[in-house]
Amino acid sequence: MTATEPRAPGFEVDPSLYRHLADAQVNVEIDTGDMVLNLGPQHPATHGTLRLVVRLDGERVVASDVIIGYMHRGYEKLSEFRTYPQITTLINRIDWLSSFANEVPFVHAAEQLMGVEAPPRAQYIRTVLTELSRIATFLLFLGEMGLQVGAITPAFYGFRDREYVLNAIEAATGGRFHPNFNRIGGLKDDLPWGWAAETREAMRKILKSCDDFEDLVVANPIFQQRTRSIGIIPAELGASYGVSGSNLRASGVDWDLRRDGKPYLAYDAIDWKVWTHPDGDSFARYWVRLQETRESARMVLQLIDAMPSGPIMAKVPRIIKVPEGEAWVNTENPLGEMGYYVVSKGATGPFRVKIRTASLSNVSIAPWLLRGAYVPDVITILASLYFILGDIDK
Amino acid sequence: MSLAVDIGWGTTLGIKTLVVMGLIPVGALVLGYTFLLKMMSHMQSRLGPMDPGGFHGWYQLIGDGLKFIQKEDIIPAGADKRVFKLAPAIVVLSTFLMFVVLPGGPDFVVAKNLDVGVFYALAVSSLSVIGVLMAGWASSNKYALLGSLRAAAQLIAYELPLVLAVIGAVVQAGTMNLQGIVRFQADGAIFGWDGLGHPLILTQFVGFALFMVAAQAELSQPPFDMPVAESELVAGYMVEYTGFRFLFFFIGEFGTAFVYAGLAATLFLGGWSLPFVDADDNIMNFLGPGVLFAKIMLVAFLMFWARFTYPRLREDQLQALAWKWLIPIALVNILATGALKVAF
Repeated sequence: MTATEPRAPGFEVDPSLYRHLADAQVNVEIDTGDMVLNLGPQHPATHGTLRLVVRLDGERVVASDVIIGYMHRGYEKLSEFRTYPQITTLINRIDWLSSFANEVPFVHAAEQLMGVEAPPRAQYIRTVLTELSRIATFLLFLGEMGLQVGAITPAFYGFRDREYVLNAIEAATGGRFHPNFNRIGGLKDDLPWGWAAETREAMRKILKSCDDFEDLVVANPIFQQRTRSIGIIPAELGASYGVSGSNLRASGVDWDLRRDGKPYLAYDAIDWKVWTHPDGDSFARYWVRLQETRESARMVLQLIDAMPSGPIMAKVPRIIKVPEGEAWVNTENPLGEMGYYVVSKGATGPFRVKIRTASLSNVSIAPWLLRGAYVPDVITILASLYFILGDIDK
Repeated sequence: MSLAVDIGWGTTLGIKTLVVMGLIPVGALVLGYTFLLKMMSHMQSRLGPMDPGGFHGWYQLIGDGLKFIQKEDIIPAGADKRVFKLAPAIVVLSTFLMFVVLPGGPDFVVAKNLDVGVFYALAVSSLSVIGVLMAGWASSNKYALLGSLRAAAQLIAYELPLVLAVIGAVVQAGTMNLQGIVRFQADGAIFGWDGLGHPLILTQFVGFALFMVAAQAELSQPPFDMPVAESELVAGYMVEYTGFRFLFFFIGEFGTAFVYAGLAATLFLGGWSLPFVDADDNIMNFLGPGVLFAKIMLVAFLMFWARFTYPRLREDQLQALAWKWLIPIALVNILATGALKVAF
């Protein structure tokens, strides 16, 4: 296998040099050559179609190539041929785990250009649903990360608890994965009767399950051994790669668009906290996401209590035409910063849409992180970066 | 072992072989169904298979086995065909040989009552390393190669604590004969009180803990499942195997778990003996296997509990655990056991 493989460029050695060395000293380390290992696009650890080509020396990564694009669906281009209300259906599918959160920045951009604002009740419901999709996304991560480092059980707990959240999202929007619930100027429907009580109950379960994850995974010495000081992202380097969201907060950067960005939704009305961790390793990323899940559950409880009454749609024309202009709206999505740059020429659809997705920037640091890591750590690092392939390839 | 009728050695050998060959899949099935399918499911807040066979999915694994037999036997084009075909058989052979010395009652052992029973069982258990290495090398697959090399390093490293953990029990019992060790536990007394006998787990709890950890590693079960780490190596050395060859690996894995649980039960929990029942009573010949089975299930429960709870260690951490912790502790344990044995 390794013997028949051609040497990687830059690693060729003149054989005569070897003979000379062998004459000079007895203890010549045998040059074993590197092995090129192809991980993916169909590999259980890359959850999706990410492909990694890693050059290994033993089990240590010498160099790695992250190859993306197997799932490219061309949403930026497709958006140019859709009307504004149709586009929310597309962008639902970018980060399919937190579809609702994807819709918010785009709808905001359109609303900003049209000069309408959703009524307060709609803002609150949007905030609740965004936080619910954040919880659903993170619960999957909390379980999945356990699975990637070898523990099967947390994954099932993650899926079980995510079900409570998905049920709540389904009850409100009618869709578990792709709600398509946002309308320009508000929402499609009001919340159904009894939803608040059920969601409150679900959030209590989530808070309890966060404690379970704390005991089962975070406190586990083997989990800590596997994740602590693995894949450290230095704060400045992370920021210069464009890493955002929980990944950057885990490196100690106290930056959250919900608090630090342009005010949006109802985040200013409630009492919440941004969690950071100074270490920047895989463990820190897990820990920060666990705390954020908890924080989101608390936020949902507060939001439900403070929910104002009133209409859920602003006055908007039946056929939506967006006046000429440009808008850039970025929000704090579960995976990090997501933004839409919308250019309108006054038609029913946008002239150009540029989508900034969090995962693309988050995995761009992977080759830097993987250098020198062991094969098992490759999986830990990728899992802790937490990306969604749809969010990378768009 | 004495049979009532005198039959030729060839027939006896045949019968014994059949008994052991039957025990391996039965043990594998029992453990696989009870723990892998049902216990794991209930620990993960799900039910597991419920329909096959009508009662709590008892038929599921048998059905799976039949399915594996029908599947196409695929051998990769680049594989070393003979070695590839032989590897699963060697893994099962090691399990087969380990079963031979397990005592089931006062008058019978599964196949042969060897005077060096413990030594023999642990020696043949390392045969499986060869099978695993063969599988990984012959598959001509990089994942399989990585997996098999990890397996070899791991099995060799944990062989040592496994053997050292047992030595304490052997020193106390004064024999390597498994039947003798059971007798010692059944007839023994703790500080003069012989009500319970002397199950070695009470005095050799360190040895028992070490044995369980090392056995878990020998079985490459989580937290020591680096060789088959499904999230990175897909299935390690088994990655290219399909059909009945994969079934062989599966049976080998769970059959070996059954034997290791049996060894732990025999060495530390008193094997087939029951407290308050005279070990020479003929009734133990009938109760013995049942008692041993119950103890095996108890030990296996501990093994699988750990399996479903812990994440896996990395290869270097796993080696560090063996060399820096388990082996020194085992050596101290042996020293202490020897000193106390001389003192009392």
